Amino acid sequence: METLKGFFRDLQYYPSAIAGLIMIAILVIVSIYAVITIPYDRAIEMWRGGEDVWAENPQFAPPAWMNWFSSKKQPLSFVIDSNSSDMVKTVVPQDENSSIITTTYNFDFSYDEAPQEMILYFTAKYQSKPPFVSVIWLTPDGRKITIGKFGLSPKLTYRFSQDQKLQAQFEGDAIKGLFTDFNTNQTLKGKYQLILTGTTFEKNSDMDAKFVFHGKLFGWAGTDHARRDLMLPLLWGTPIALAFGLFASLATLLLTLIISTMGAWYGGWIDELIQRITDINLVIPFLPILIMVATFFSHSIWVILGTTVILSIFTGSIKQYRAQLLQLKESMYIEAARAYGASDSRIIFQYLIPRMIPLLVPLMVSSVPTFVFLEASLAILGLGDPVLPTWGKIINDAESNGALYKGYYYWIMEPATLLMMTGLGFAMLGFALDRVFNPRLRDM
Amino acid sequence: MANNKLLRIENLVLHFKTLNGTVQAVDGVHFDLDSNRAVVVLGESGCGKSSLAKAILRLLPRNTGSYSGHIYLDGKDIMTLGDEEFRQNIRWAAISMVPQAAMNALNPVMKVGEQVAEPAVIHLGVSKIEAIALVQKMFQHVGVPADFINRYPFELSGGMRQRVAIAMALVTSPSLIILDEPTSALDVLTQANIFNVLKRLKKELGISFVLITHDIATSSELADDVAVMYAGQIVEMSDARHFFETPLHPYSQKLMSSVPRLHSDKEPDFIVGRPPSLINPPKGCRFAERCPARFEKCSEEPPVFEQDGRKVKCWLYA
Repeated sequence: METLKGFFRDLQYYPSAIAGLIMIAILVIVSIYAVITIPYDRAIEMWRGGEDVWAENPQFAPPAWMNWFSSKKQPLSFVIDSNSSDMVKTVVPQDENSSIITTTYNFDFSYDEAPQEMILYFTAKYQSKPPFVSVIWLTPDGRKITIGKFGLSPKLTYRFSQDQKLQAQFEGDAIKGLFTDFNTNQTLKGKYQLILTGTTFEKNSDMDAKFVFHGKLFGWAGTDHARRDLMLPLLWGTPIALAFGLFASLATLLLTLIISTMGAWYGGWIDELIQRITDINLVIPFLPILIMVATFFSHSIWVILGTTVILSIFTGSIKQYRAQLLQLKESMYIEAARAYGASDSRIIFQYLIPRMIPLLVPLMVSSVPTFVFLEASLAILGLGDPVLPTWGKIINDAESNGALYKGYYYWIMEPATLLMMTGLGFAMLGFALDRVFNPRLRDM
Repeated sequence: MANNKLLRIENLVLHFKTLNGTVQAVDGVHFDLDSNRAVVVLGESGCGKSSLAKAILRLLPRNTGSYSGHIYLDGKDIMTLGDEEFRQNIRWAAISMVPQAAMNALNPVMKVGEQVAEPAVIHLGVSKIEAIALVQKMFQHVGVPADFINRYPFELSGGMRQRVAIAMALVTSPSLIILDEPTSALDVLTQANIFNVLKRLKKELGISFVLITHDIATSSELADDVAVMYAGQIVEMSDARHFFETPLHPYSQKLMSSVPRLHSDKEPDFIVGRPPSLINPPKGCRFAERCPARFEKCSEEPPVFEQDGRKVKCWLYA
């Protein structure tokens, strides 16, 4: 406890360590938040879900805060559901069987551009005679546009942009036409009203409609080509990236340490074998092997993780540790330990390895981002785990949908920023730790 | 065969292989030691004293060439034991050692209490807590304050570290302790102190010592017997009193006269030349080249002659 306190006291002399720790803390908090609020199964289900899950979202919508940086305000998305307060529903009975149901949706529109799309999702309840509905659009300047009159089925989706009558009326772009003041040719701001007048022809017959307004911006993170809220993969990508990076670097370092210590201590053919394996592994290119495994064998993150760890064990660090250990093992106290009959395993695990820890902790911390980037690189190449929502997968999607070409910068910048933050946070902490653990570096 | 003797060494050989040839660091050493006695092994640097200590404890480096002979401990030949058996039953259990530069022999990341407890945990099968209690007792024996248990080696002075190293050798109550130049890096007061501790331990606990040193003056404090080593061989083995009065071997005589004396106009003597290379030692008597009393016979290997119960490897005593 005391040493831990002293350790943090040492760390606070390095502003970079504080900054790194704060960044890592933010990432950890985000991870915990993600795992708690969106359970794993739910996250996977949503990520893999198609139009049915994400129908309410616009496509390719940048995040809502883009409006802060632009004088031209773009419409945000919203949904007015049956139980919303913005909706007024009245039922007026006519005779024994029929009644008239009027539903009015009110919304303020104060943006400079028309939305992407508007959709009405009708649900109707009837035995044999379906209700009939007429849709009327009221603009702020008092114009009344009849959009359509049609009979309902139990589930009906009406898309404003697909309506051919509307398209004809507004010369192609139905949505834009509904929001344009034709005197000035500007987007008209103010209170809009959508009135649905339905007539039912049966007792107990009823109709409801959900009004979905696809603006041009969405949420805190925006959406992708499949209308998915990018918040989900950004949030869930954090614990996956951290877990992958931490586990891979920890496993690699520990195994490397144990193997190189055994080699250095026992010497002879064990050492020779380890060194030759390392020599061979050093010439084998790392990424192509990983790509091969992912292509021919499995995309599963566990297989990738295992391959990464195995390939990373026999690298230059095994030689580096060996050099340190060869020096260490000749020290007097190791010989003394041998003299008082300490067994080989005792010397390896209690005397040699603890001396290496100060060297390894900074190395471990600063090698975390390497593995995070590695996992992201594989995902960007399309070799990531297809099930998991990860940062690399977002970039992969963005890239294959031409995000940069079409100007959807947010789509790449968001995961890239998180990746950079991970790299920077661990690197800054790692450098500071290196100085805390190896005081000789302090003057440099 | 080796009755009554605590330790009896017969024809012990330890050679190292190097790129230049075989180093005959220990070449046919004989000696024996009764219990509760201290033998001082004297000699110049590089004459194989430390290698002798390592050979007794079988602490062999990787480049060991030949390693043979007999070491009888309480009449039992420990050279025939397997490595694992040797580690468990001999090292520290029967023979412990205070290594050369004992000040560096403590693990820098271990508290000294834990460090001293290590041999006890390994060999006596006691728990760490019991071992620490034992350590307290040992610290009392060697005069280290009990609260030093929780200190790290760098917090201790050289003399204290040396005492800790001795406590570590004592903790398993072995019958024999090998001290490899235990006081070489200490000031004279501390040296005297350490030797007092050793003398007391010998008296109180009945332990035998093999003390390896080149410090003739201080070692005379503790010695019962003296063995003089030259070029990997023991050239004289004698009881301490007679040795210090009248050394027999010419090398011993030269060695003794090199000790500076108070109130004497005589300049300390030295031996011309250097000790022979252990890779290619001269035929015959190995000291012949530098010996003032050399004669024709010296080109033949001298056997061990006995004179008044003292053993000397020199043709002068034929």
